[in-house]
Amino acid sequence: MRLMFMTALTVALLLIVPAAHAENVLRWASRGDALTFDPHGQNETPTIQALYQVYEPLVSRDAELVMIPRLATSWEIVAPTIWEFELRSGVTFHDGTPFSAEDVAFSIERAKGETSDFKNLLTMVESVEVVGPHTVRIHTSAPAPLLAANLTDVFMMSRAWAEANGVASAQDFDLGDENYAVRNANGTGPFMLELREPDIRTVMIRNDNWWGLETFPAHNIDRIIYTPIGNDATRVAALLSGEIDFIIDPPLQDLRRIEAAPSLRLQQIAQVRTIFLGLNQGDPELASSNIRGANPFADIRVRQAVYQAIDIEAIQTRIMRGLSAPAGIITPPAVHGWTEELDTRFAFDPEAARALMADAGYADGFSVRLDCPNNRYVNDEAICQAAVAMLARIGIDVSLDAQPKSLHFPKIDNQETDFYMQGWGVPTLDSEYVFQFLYVTGRTQGTRFSNARVDELAELMSQELDPATRDAYIAEAWQIVRDDIVFVPLHNQVIVWALRDGFEQPIVANNTPQFYMGAFTD
Amino acid sequence: MLVVALVAFTLSTFVGDPISNMVGQEATLEDRAQLREQLGLNDPVPIQFFRFVGNAAQGDFGISYRLQRPVQNLIAERLPATLELVAVSAIFALAFGIPLGIFTALYRNAWISRFILTISLAGVSLPTFVLGILLIYVFSVTLQWMPSFGRGSTTDLGWWTTGLLSIDGWRAIIMPAVTLGLYQLTLILRLVRSEMLEVLRTDYIKFARARGLSNRAINFGHALKNTLIPVITITGLNIGGLIAFSIVTETVFQWPGMGLLFIQAVQFADVPVMSAYLVLASLIFVSVNLIVDILYVVVDPRLRTERRVTQRS
Repeated sequence: MRLMFMTALTVALLLIVPAAHAENVLRWASRGDALTFDPHGQNETPTIQALYQVYEPLVSRDAELVMIPRLATSWEIVAPTIWEFELRSGVTFHDGTPFSAEDVAFSIERAKGETSDFKNLLTMVESVEVVGPHTVRIHTSAPAPLLAANLTDVFMMSRAWAEANGVASAQDFDLGDENYAVRNANGTGPFMLELREPDIRTVMIRNDNWWGLETFPAHNIDRIIYTPIGNDATRVAALLSGEIDFIIDPPLQDLRRIEAAPSLRLQQIAQVRTIFLGLNQGDPELASSNIRGANPFADIRVRQAVYQAIDIEAIQTRIMRGLSAPAGIITPPAVHGWTEELDTRFAFDPEAARALMADAGYADGFSVRLDCPNNRYVNDEAICQAAVAMLARIGIDVSLDAQPKSLHFPKIDNQETDFYMQGWGVPTLDSEYVFQFLYVTGRTQGTRFSNARVDELAELMSQELDPATRDAYIAEAWQIVRDDIVFVPLHNQVIVWALRDGFEQPIVANNTPQFYMGAFTD
Repeated sequence: MLVVALVAFTLSTFVGDPISNMVGQEATLEDRAQLREQLGLNDPVPIQFFRFVGNAAQGDFGISYRLQRPVQNLIAERLPATLELVAVSAIFALAFGIPLGIFTALYRNAWISRFILTISLAGVSLPTFVLGILLIYVFSVTLQWMPSFGRGSTTDLGWWTTGLLSIDGWRAIIMPAVTLGLYQLTLILRLVRSEMLEVLRTDYIKFARARGLSNRAINFGHALKNTLIPVITITGLNIGGLIAFSIVTETVFQWPGMGLLFIQAVQFADVPVMSAYLVLASLIFVSVNLIVDILYVVVDPRLRTERRVTQRS
């Protein structure tokens, strides 16, 4: 009896003892894990989402996507082909060594390397000159007004650490082994990588020596535990049961359920990614069509008919459940060069479409195959199925081939498709990026589009330093490709984040949360 | 196994192009061509295959395109998770299946037996992913007794990581094990029941009863032993299948085992992992079948006597 009383008393006392200050642990999940922690290894969103907590670029973007100083405090063009960057002083890497211009030169060279997946962002960079311990000059082969924007995803590594660990160049498949940087990191960022188990768990802890602690006093996350959860239902269940605080990609069909839950909420924003249809307009004949001796898509009237047959409002309300923004050009509002007039769609008008088809000589219609991914964009296959039905109304008999992205995207590169769906994001937030990768001869495998003036304008806009002249080039280029209906734009995706109450994280249109901007409020 | 390797390798050429998953959207055609050349994907398929077999014989399965790590390391890391899950689910199926089978055979007309048999129909007809999500919904979301994903906290024992040494690990393994094992349980239950019913009708049981042996001696000493032979065979074959194809359960519970690795490799067109996995799966099947055959000889005295008889003559 006495023993029982003593035990009960001890237990009670233990419970009364105030708990030590609990760590603020952020547990979050998404469908796919980062592929590697090598900062120049893979240029894709989940990898960059993870890297951005641990590594930092010279310049990054805030919640409104405005460029802000990160490891560089200021930057300017000092000569037509020379950019000068002033670096932040007092920054150290996670292993304690100081950050300096040497590391910047090394990192940019590494990112330009053969095996780096970021090298196409740095094609205009010729060399990096170390002017002083906190100043670098980047020499470009031609005037490069967009260099700073291109550097927002180029992370800075420690040269000493990289050389000591044999990772002076990005992941090389010939090596036959993983390189040290795949699962280890040494950056300057607000979090340090503590544990990396690919596809299982990634744990980061707060960097108490981060330079930004004074600038961002609200930052109070101590530990981040990320787990990939591939199955949509399990991911939502984990959020509902309280095991997870934040999901970056809740499935569309569960949004209402999450919103209805008492301690969870949703945030949404228009993403910087446009979804569109590409049409083969260059070949003399379409391989997948029943028309011989002519290419229906080569006729602009047919392309316009396809455009006007698509009921984008129906797609928005029925398929995307309101979570899309119909587009008139293949780039979203956040991108420099977008204007509202350019973004006005041709009206949805099946009558007019049928008239155009008849005009072009296809009153009887024709058949063609539409290629679609089924695991890449939001409701990609469903959108394509709707398009098939809409095009049937104007006489185009579309057979749909929906395949996983590993099978779909090579078809575009290898010119094995006449009619396909694609999406394009714009990390540099400038129209030049869209032209360079989708409209310039040599990159237009899908559409086989080629226009000498557009090629010329694309080169001019990438090298023109005067903003007014540059904007004129951009406007002219957009007008040409819009009038020519090279692509049929559909919509800009909307991203939705699901969070629990008590955790704040400003949502950003490039879908890359930076957790130093977030905080626990409970 | 060589045939499996050949088939796996040929099939993998149809899964898609890994290159488009391995480079960012800005990569030029030249970049892709260069990477393809570097990985040896331009060589004719027979040459790629022989290179693969040659390396595999030395234990080198290449590097995963998706994770940039050697495939054998990946498989070694993920194997414990799958093996533990399969072991726990097999034990669950046997521990509940055999007693329930015996019970429903001995008391076949009791209403509780009929009830158990009806419920067991759910075991064979419910797809694993439905069962998994149902369990998650009840036990994780509503009751919050068990985690909905992952292995919980694991202990690292050098070359093996186990979740069975911590309460957290046990809480995490219960639902996936039940999901994976329920089909086995139903199978074993019905098999034991029908075998037992058949054995109980045989002559030697009748004579044993006539001789006056106790029910316990008859049921467990004689009937059960004879019942277990087909159960061993079926269980053995199923375990091979479970290890190789626990894909759906692992996907639902985000269980970091080989099944999840395989399905992710298929989605990415990660050819080295896919080929290595299929070769490994065939190895598992071959080994398990061998063990089952050996066990058969050990357990069934008729097979042993036959041999002795043939030896003498």
